[in-house]
Amino acid sequence: MKHFIIVSILVIGATLLVYTGIQSIGVLPAQASAQAVSIDRLLNIQFWLISFLFSLITVTLLYSLVVFRRKPGDTSDGAHIEGNTRLEILWTLIPLFVVIFVAYLGAQSLGETRRVDPTALQVEVLSGQWFWSFTYPDYGVTTDTLYLPVNKQAVLRMTSIDVIHSFWVPEFRVKQDLVPGKTTELRITPIQTGEYQVLCAEICGASHAYMVAPVRVVTQEEFTAWIEQQASQVALDPVQRGRRLANQYCIACHSIDGSQKVGPTWKGLAGSVVQLADGSTVVADAEYLRNSIINPNLQIHAGFQPNVMPNFSNILSESQIEDLIAYIQSIK
Amino acid sequence: MKTILSLGLVRGLAWEILGTALGIGFVALVRALMGLPAWKAEPAVVFGALLGALFFLYGVGILNDWLKWAAGEETEDHLDDSHLGWRRYFGPSLDHKVIGIQYLVLSLLLMSVGGLFALIFRTELARSQMQFLTLNQYNTLMSLHGMVMIISILLGISAFMNYLVPMLIGARDMAFPRLNSFSFWIAVPAGLILLSSLFLGGFDTGWTGYPPLSVRAPLGMQMFFLGVSLAGFSSILGGLNIIVTVVRLRAHSMTAFRMPIFVWAALATSVISLTATQLIGLSFQMVMLQRLFGMGFFDPAKGGNPILFQHLFWFYSHPAVYIFVLPGLGIISELLPVFVRKPLFGYRWVAMSSLGIALVGFLVWAHHMFTSGMAEYLRVPFMYSTLLVAVPTGVKFFSWVATVWRGKISFDTPMLFILAGIIVFLLGGLSGPPNATISTDLHLHDTYFIVGHFHDTMYGGYIFPFFAAIFYWYPKMTGKRLNETLGKLQFWLIAPSFTVMSLLMMRVGLLGMRRRIADYDPALGFDPYHLVMTIMAFLTALGVIVFFINLIYTHFKGQPATGNVWNSRSPEWQVPSPMPVHNYDRELEVVGEPYDYGLPGSRYVKFHGEA
Repeated sequence: MKHFIIVSILVIGATLLVYTGIQSIGVLPAQASAQAVSIDRLLNIQFWLISFLFSLITVTLLYSLVVFRRKPGDTSDGAHIEGNTRLEILWTLIPLFVVIFVAYLGAQSLGETRRVDPTALQVEVLSGQWFWSFTYPDYGVTTDTLYLPVNKQAVLRMTSIDVIHSFWVPEFRVKQDLVPGKTTELRITPIQTGEYQVLCAEICGASHAYMVAPVRVVTQEEFTAWIEQQASQVALDPVQRGRRLANQYCIACHSIDGSQKVGPTWKGLAGSVVQLADGSTVVADAEYLRNSIINPNLQIHAGFQPNVMPNFSNILSESQIEDLIAYIQSIK
Repeated sequence: MKTILSLGLVRGLAWEILGTALGIGFVALVRALMGLPAWKAEPAVVFGALLGALFFLYGVGILNDWLKWAAGEETEDHLDDSHLGWRRYFGPSLDHKVIGIQYLVLSLLLMSVGGLFALIFRTELARSQMQFLTLNQYNTLMSLHGMVMIISILLGISAFMNYLVPMLIGARDMAFPRLNSFSFWIAVPAGLILLSSLFLGGFDTGWTGYPPLSVRAPLGMQMFFLGVSLAGFSSILGGLNIIVTVVRLRAHSMTAFRMPIFVWAALATSVISLTATQLIGLSFQMVMLQRLFGMGFFDPAKGGNPILFQHLFWFYSHPAVYIFVLPGLGIISELLPVFVRKPLFGYRWVAMSSLGIALVGFLVWAHHMFTSGMAEYLRVPFMYSTLLVAVPTGVKFFSWVATVWRGKISFDTPMLFILAGIIVFLLGGLSGPPNATISTDLHLHDTYFIVGHFHDTMYGGYIFPFFAAIFYWYPKMTGKRLNETLGKLQFWLIAPSFTVMSLLMMRVGLLGMRRRIADYDPALGFDPYHLVMTIMAFLTALGVIVFFINLIYTHFKGQPATGNVWNSRSPEWQVPSPMPVHNYDRELEVVGEPYDYGLPGSRYVKFHGEA
């Protein structure tokens, strides 16, 4: 009996210690969405359970190891206790009820993260190796930075042009894969203005680690101002329009300063003589550049692999391709 | 030289090279006859590798008896090949103990290779920015680390199930000795083909090989798929053999609830490997066919569905986790009573909890897919079923703690590894439920939290019990006892450093470190954590090196230990070590409970005719 009392006190003490330890080192990033609030609440309940169960097992075990260790010279056996059916039923049924209760809380928390606001801001998310692109269909605006107004739900409708990617902003907590041939949905209600990053969380090939795009949560007024500026800003200069497209889709793989990336650099490309993988050569004129964008396997640049560059014929409009070529031709 | 050439392994490798060359030539010939360009790497290499594996099996001699039977010839029932000495370990022996040790050596070999891969990319991760690996090299090493370790673990559990199960139930051998030998030898070409992916362009998908990425990956991807598919045969046939052996070949008086507890674990494991392994083979072969023949299983442009792959893949790959840990948990339950000198608390509950985990394990696979875009409402039932696994797992923990309570505990090396196994598996178990409740998993999925959680379950459920089992049964295998001082040094190098590493993995994961990334943003401030993790990984590796030194030291300087080293009640320790070829020369009779330590005068088994 004495042992049980000591162990019980130690277990309670250890539970408080472990839980306080977890909380004091700060285990989660900033809580920047309404969904994060509900997820962190459930995590907190689980941290209590983890602290208790960890203490219960390890403290009892360590106590036994110290108190019941074999004394030198003792060759006798321990107490002959084969089991206790009542105890076994107890530690089957109690955990059973606990896990069912946790599952119930889990379902409730899932419901909260999926709560639908019919007035949510619509955003279409397109991903590919290795870029993020965000379109606001109500405003006809497409950008490489995700702007979201604070305290307003945004519904992201997402798809991929090549392999599976996954949308994750750690401060928002929620995560959703983007699957080719399918549209998936994610709802986020930012509650804190600031700058974050969307990270690709599903391995998607060589540059997976660098598939990152900026996220800005701004006030409603700032958002309105930004979106109006974007909608009205149809730059007159095709090179400028091309640069914006390039920043969105291309620069993950193609450098403009001659540095090595997954694809050939654009520095000094236009007008140069390109060595192809099949041994022939071609002058990098507008037609070559167009082919490389809409039919990338036709002429493979020597030293680079086929099937890496996505086919952009369904993503870019004819005029956007013209803009992009104009931009590439402007890089000397 | 003649001796070397007569070894089954050497002949097998020679035949494998021949078979691969023939396969490549055959594809080139068929293509030429069809009027296509003769050389196309992918079909030629895949068919060559497949034919090479079949030729290996022929060359090693494992098909000989079956071929003779097919030709109507008689063969000897079960050869005693002990006169061959060390050479029988390199040929198609039918003795379950030889096969067990073959499995063990191959498993340790692959574990070292997989561990080396981990050390290489762990060093790259010690600092942010890329240091000495390219992105593709990183991805290939990281992906191969996963699958090489999985194959190594499958071989490691087969090692102990093969070596122990017939011995523990009083059988002369396994039910199907030739099938048993086949199961081992097919793992050799499988391992070679898997590792060959390193030299054929590698692959960048992680061990999960999700399409469409795996459809676009280099040729190494096909070697990965083919190697794993072949290794699957080893698992399926091995599982079948264990089940039949346990059901049919037990000593007559050994009722189900008087079997050693490890046998229950082996049975539960084998039920999973016999019935689930096909699904990973299927999913991988579907991607192989999609790549080779353009079949559109997972190609949305052809009406396929990439998510279908994930369902097929996880239907095996989640239960597979229980294949990895159940034997280890069985070893914990088996050894704990010996070192605390007390009966296993609640034997029947522990036995049933293994079956419970195995059965519930079949109903939880989609918890790996909560973010995948699968049918949304289906996630909730999978959350309930997943959390249910905690109940039988809890029964095991409570029973272990109750077994230790009021025992007379001694701390030999096997016991130290058992205790580390319990505590580390507890960390792995307790970090599980946050991944099971869907909303919290939306944050944790595909982060280092999962990496830490998973490594804890593997070390607690496999690595630590595996080393405990090696130290415990080494005298039975060789007649010599491994050095205790080196064993304790190994333990203190591995256990604390691994635990620190896994906790840091969980920490960076919660803070936003994605898994499977070659590089991380220095602005996140993870550099110091990763440096510590890398140091801890090297300390763990140092512990494994100490283990190999111990093996060499014991071989030359080890003290003979032929008796009941651990004062165990189990049947294999009632006869001198090492075990003779057909195990017990007299029939085994069960006369008591397996774990009645502390009950004066009681015995578990006696031999026929013994007083």
